[in-house]
Amino acid sequence: MKDVSISKWWAGVSDHDVTYSFLHSPVTIVATVATILMFAAAFGASFLTIYTPFDPGSLELREAFMPPAWEQGGNSEHLLGTDGQGRDILAAIMYGTQVSLVVGILSVLLSVSIGIPLGIIAGYYGGWVDTAIMRFADIQLTIPPILIALMIDGITRTTLSSEVHEIVAIPVLIISIGVASWPQYARITRSGAMVERRKDYIAAAKLIQTPTAAIMVRHVLPNVIGPTLIVATIGVAVAIIIEATLSFLGVGIPSTTPSLGTLIRIGNSFLFSGEWWITFFPAFTLVILVLSVNLIGDWLRDTFNPKLR
Amino acid sequence: MFFKTKRLAIAGIMLGTAATPLAAPVQAENVLRYANVGDAATLDPHALNSLVTLMAGIQMHDALVMRDPTMRKVPGLAESWENIDPNTWQFKLREGVTFHNGNPFNADDVIFSIKRAQADTSQMKGYVNTIKDVKKIDDYTIQIITEKPNPILLDQLVNVFMMDKEWAEEHDVAEPQNFKEKQETYAVRHTNGTGAFKLESRDPDVRTVLVRNEDWWGNETYKHNIDKVVWTPIANDSTRVAALLSGEVDLLTDPPIQDLNRILTSKGLKVDKTAQLRTIFYGFDVKSDELRHSNIKGVNPFKDSKVRQAFYHAIDIEAIKRVVMRGLAVPAGMVIEPPINGYRAEWDENRLAYDPEKSKALLAEAGYPDGFSIQLDCPNNRYQNDEAICQATVGMLAKIGIKTRLNAQPKTQHFSLVTGKETDFYMLGWGIPTMDSGFIFDYLMHSGGSWNASGYGSPELDAKIEEIRGIVDPDERNKIIGEIWTQVQEDIPYLPLHHQMISWAMTRNLDIPIEPNNMPRFYWANLK
Repeated sequence: MKDVSISKWWAGVSDHDVTYSFLHSPVTIVATVATILMFAAAFGASFLTIYTPFDPGSLELREAFMPPAWEQGGNSEHLLGTDGQGRDILAAIMYGTQVSLVVGILSVLLSVSIGIPLGIIAGYYGGWVDTAIMRFADIQLTIPPILIALMIDGITRTTLSSEVHEIVAIPVLIISIGVASWPQYARITRSGAMVERRKDYIAAAKLIQTPTAAIMVRHVLPNVIGPTLIVATIGVAVAIIIEATLSFLGVGIPSTTPSLGTLIRIGNSFLFSGEWWITFFPAFTLVILVLSVNLIGDWLRDTFNPKLR
Repeated sequence: MFFKTKRLAIAGIMLGTAATPLAAPVQAENVLRYANVGDAATLDPHALNSLVTLMAGIQMHDALVMRDPTMRKVPGLAESWENIDPNTWQFKLREGVTFHNGNPFNADDVIFSIKRAQADTSQMKGYVNTIKDVKKIDDYTIQIITEKPNPILLDQLVNVFMMDKEWAEEHDVAEPQNFKEKQETYAVRHTNGTGAFKLESRDPDVRTVLVRNEDWWGNETYKHNIDKVVWTPIANDSTRVAALLSGEVDLLTDPPIQDLNRILTSKGLKVDKTAQLRTIFYGFDVKSDELRHSNIKGVNPFKDSKVRQAFYHAIDIEAIKRVVMRGLAVPAGMVIEPPINGYRAEWDENRLAYDPEKSKALLAEAGYPDGFSIQLDCPNNRYQNDEAICQATVGMLAKIGIKTRLNAQPKTQHFSLVTGKETDFYMLGWGIPTMDSGFIFDYLMHSGGSWNASGYGSPELDAKIEEIRGIVDPDERNKIIGEIWTQVQEDIPYLPLHHQMISWAMTRNLDIPIEPNNMPRFYWANLK
């Protein structure tokens, strides 16, 4: 009985277009597995590694610059070697990926939660409301997100004392990146909303005097959110890159907190002296992470794009 | 035969082209492209007593007494001098010297410059604090009258650059810039010295261009062939090395030590090394009643010498030397180096041992068994691997229960914390251009010293420091210097780390003598 229902369910799932498309795209499968593994490693870091790279008291300077385990002088205790302060690179990458993912996901959530409401309002009302919101978005789009993020970071850095800044560095970074990239979500949502508002079901809802807010939330939103969420997936990858860039420039996360960007920055000064692993592994992780998220985003876009089907 | 003629013809055409006025090759300029980690914070020669500022100043200004590459004192703007009585020095000035704007140099400028260096806003007071009066005998003869006999006056004058009185008055810079208050004056970005190079353009932190002063009196003595110096500070270590490797710059006076091997394996580059007259140390605020950044309120733990000893025992200097400095540093027990008068090997070679257990015991004895939190202020573009040393220290202190917040920032901000005496615990490096302990006493051990951010000092110690300014008898003077050091070594207001080594990385085409103060003089250089 049970078997029947499972197999029925499985038949249903596997017959589905999305599953079919997923199972027939090996690249997406690999990317998904890689992403899941990285998520698990990042958020399970405190169970998976004994090292605490953010705690300076646990570092042993005498163990600094240890090469990866397979190189001469390497040690299996530090699989990917250690950096100039004796930090275990593997542990630092795990915690660093965690910071990168948190910043990436939360900042996209922030931009989405600014962009979608504004986009729906602009698209639904049209007229001067639309003009005001979208022209503002246009203006902001002319300024590169990294510049806006730099600006917000710079302002908080000068107005807050360095102690406070260190505590709020990650939230500030999330807000900087989030605020910098809302216009693209507003644009996509707006174009959806403009199409939807002319449809009969909206007219019907208006006819029975459904409040405008309810129409927007209950009727328009579900119909326009799909494309936005697909773009948001790719947005996570972009946000991770912005975070890494800012940290690489030394304006994002404080250097004592490992994030992929700060790790690459630290390692960068040892490239000429032959300690390649300090910068290589974090950089490699960043590439794989961003690539995987991008590939998943691409696949989602292709699968859910009615024109490509 | 045919081919030969054709080639000749082509050569002839080319020669012809070269000979036309348009393509006339100008005598190739010798441009020395220099990079270091950070720019001079000001060009005012009396506003800030810091190495990079002095280094910038010495290219464009001369002092009465100068040094040659072996650090011997040689005539500068003074042709000769004599000590006519214990308190009076007579200087015969060089005649026919002009400033970069064409104004003649004479006795009035010397009097003006020394008075300027003594002004309230001057940071060069330590070099001229024994001078009571400067008298003009005639246009090219002056007398310097000291309060008490001063055996190191000439060494001090090496760092007092001569400015043009008329120019300074015209541009309202008769007083030095107030660096502490971040004042902006004309002299911060403009210079008018008598020196070997003129300032052509100045873009702070980006690019400073100096051009050869054809009228310099020293062109005869120092036969350099540098027409132009382009100085581009490059803060990022790897970028700076990459600039040297790719041939974008000719000289680095602070190559990152981890990259020296890479530079040596590169064809066309060389590295010169020498022991530097500079010691890196940490300073404790031993004066304030409460620390600015600490969880301990109401008392200042650093006032207790046990706490300072605990910090000392916590530093694993051998690990710092091996890992952070790659062996290129000499662990120190004193904050002065072997050639300095007052140095004693038995102190320098006997640091307090690395012993975290003892540190913890000392902290417990002092009443802090669970440690406390502090902030460590640190420069990140001044000394060799400064930030990395501080980071390592944060880890070592964490092991004895001291929670340290590292505040690493560019030297301009860091130094204003130190000279403003607004820091609890900080890194500093000190070099002694006068080769005598009196200099470091004046700046760091005297309670009124302008760089004494520790607030260390006592009336008795101050009296002794003032006393040695006027003792000529070397034995008597050295006895008091010894007493002062005995006291300082016991009190540990400064936690010595190591003496730096200097390495200069440069192209093989460049010939420039390395010197222990780490101040390249571009007029000593020759480009092949």
